[in-house]
Amino acid sequence: MSVLVDDDTRVVVQGITGGEGKFHAEQMMEYGTNVVAGAVPGKGGQEAAGVPVYDTVQQAVDAEDADTSVIFVPPAFAGDAIFEALDADLDLAVAITEGIPTQDMARVNKRLSETDTRLIGPNCPGLITPGEAKLGILPGNIFSEGNVGLVSRSGTLTYQVVDNLTNRGIGQTTAIGIGGDPIIGTSFIDALELFENDDETDAIVMCGEIGGEDEEQAAAYIDEHVDTPVAGFIAGRTAPPGKRMGHAGAIVSGSGTGTAESKISALNDAGVPVGDTPEEVADHIEAFLG
Amino acid sequence: MAMKLHEYQAKGVFADAGIPTPDSQLASDVDGAVAAAEEIGYPVAIKAQVQVGGRGKAGGIKLVDDADEAREAADAILGMDLKGYHVGSVLVEGAVDFTDELYVGITMDRGEGKPVAMVSTKGGVDIEEVAEEDPDAIAKEHIDPSFGMHPYQARKAVYDAGVDESVARDVSSVLTTLYQLWDDRDGADAEINPLMVTADDEVIAADAVMNIDEDALFRQPELAEMEAEAASTGDELEQKADEYGFDYVRLEGNTGIIGNGAGLVMTTLDLVDYYGGEPANFLDVGGGAKADRIANALDMVFSDDNVESVVFNIFGGITRGDEVAKGINEALEQFDEIPKPVVVRLAGTNWEEGMEILNEDLVTVEQTLEDAVQRAVEYAAEVSE
Repeated sequence: MSVLVDDDTRVVVQGITGGEGKFHAEQMMEYGTNVVAGAVPGKGGQEAAGVPVYDTVQQAVDAEDADTSVIFVPPAFAGDAIFEALDADLDLAVAITEGIPTQDMARVNKRLSETDTRLIGPNCPGLITPGEAKLGILPGNIFSEGNVGLVSRSGTLTYQVVDNLTNRGIGQTTAIGIGGDPIIGTSFIDALELFENDDETDAIVMCGEIGGEDEEQAAAYIDEHVDTPVAGFIAGRTAPPGKRMGHAGAIVSGSGTGTAESKISALNDAGVPVGDTPEEVADHIEAFLG
Repeated sequence: MAMKLHEYQAKGVFADAGIPTPDSQLASDVDGAVAAAEEIGYPVAIKAQVQVGGRGKAGGIKLVDDADEAREAADAILGMDLKGYHVGSVLVEGAVDFTDELYVGITMDRGEGKPVAMVSTKGGVDIEEVAEEDPDAIAKEHIDPSFGMHPYQARKAVYDAGVDESVARDVSSVLTTLYQLWDDRDGADAEINPLMVTADDEVIAADAVMNIDEDALFRQPELAEMEAEAASTGDELEQKADEYGFDYVRLEGNTGIIGNGAGLVMTTLDLVDYYGGEPANFLDVGGGAKADRIANALDMVFSDDNVESVVFNIFGGITRGDEVAKGINEALEQFDEIPKPVVVRLAGTNWEEGMEILNEDLVTVEQTLEDAVQRAVEYAAEVSE
């Protein structure tokens, strides 16, 4: 079992003829992902990464039964690309693109609330069900099959924590990078709910960072609704207020909201231990699994 | 990230859109400031043009009644260091005789994923303090970005805030214009605090804040030009980082940090602190960095005189270990002597290829993040002993 993606998932890659799109479409296929098509306006009828390219997402859905999109479209056009995925009524859209204007994402967010499509990202590494399929740019070789679900706002931090787990022989059901932007599709809470309802997931890692209140809200949700043990990590303890730490969403505001302290204490109050180092997170997970 | 306009730039944008603003002139020297004051007529406010809040409390805004006072104030403010920013110009502005100070603002509510319009009769003070101490004093109206702000929403926010009937129509109109500006110009925040109300019921924007979404500057060419002007007062190294296109934040410590991906770089900073060191900076090379970018990153960190050691932590997804190793070699081989010890930890995509390429005579290699950070902290401590 796993959540959101497995080897039956039929993937269309938006932006498959671009450098990143092509490279990662190939990498996804090499990992076992069922990439069935690409969608790039003006490139219909061509072939890329060994699959047919269509002018629109809808054509890819009609011709190849695609049910999921992975989006590698430059930021200026990515908002539009997400709308296209939503209007094609896919099950899942994964937006890898970094740097989409926030107002574009606010409009996407509104449309999202009116559809049944789930959006992961943007500005995220995607998600992976080890041994079955990956959607996005995560390096497949560090993941291993197992019973820990992982959700994270940061890509490379995900890899770090997974590495700490895998090195101890602790595998993962699914790892989801939800993205570092202020407005994202799938939240911590959505991902926690998926893992809580997944029979194979016996423990959950949640990697947050400074900025916003998503971790605090997730802590409250865990307290009420999650029985699966959760271990946390929060990046940005040393970040000074008012300075954005890379991610558009990672900033401690002048009035002190979004601090690591507030997130750690909310998680602790919900019974979630928070590691001081990625290695300590693995310690907690190992203890949960006995 | 938001690009902050100077007050005078934001006021220009607001005035062009029809929001009333006081008479004002920008001056970059004392004589110019006095001449501007004479022309506008006393009393005038002399206001430091730096993009930080709390200018008044920090001595960056002075109200003056004659030419001598104007000269004294301009002389004191021009060239001063205000919260780390050099004051290069002042806005000389006709003082407004007000009876009331309001607050109006538009921002993105990230929790809701939609814009929110805010109005308060408690203007003239730090609105974040009001939000904390008396949240009910700020009326909020969320806006559906696919429709924009309906006229009734502007009225609703204004009436909910308890704005006096005599100016309600004008304040609604200012709020409507402000939302349109925010929407058209890819605003992150647009704020007027205070929006002054005069004895004869006129409303005037006495301050102006306009922050633009940096990710949208590609479609805001006019504002992108203002950025070039606005950015000229920051930290030298942060400017250099801008030129290289790095996400960089300068800190106070002596352990330099380079990595890929914001979350992992932040974690590296936190670990430096955890193992008893002090981070000198945050530097994210981003995803998919090629060799020249890696070399630039090392150049950046070596330019900081405080740095005594560097930890280079790359966990490749989209970034490839061989490119990173090439970049490190390139940057270090140009030195007869390596300026500061560099600790490298490579993992993820192509890390084995990277390790083969990496010239291990020039760097210290560690296998794990924890070991790499501890080693770099030790190096920095040895030097400062």
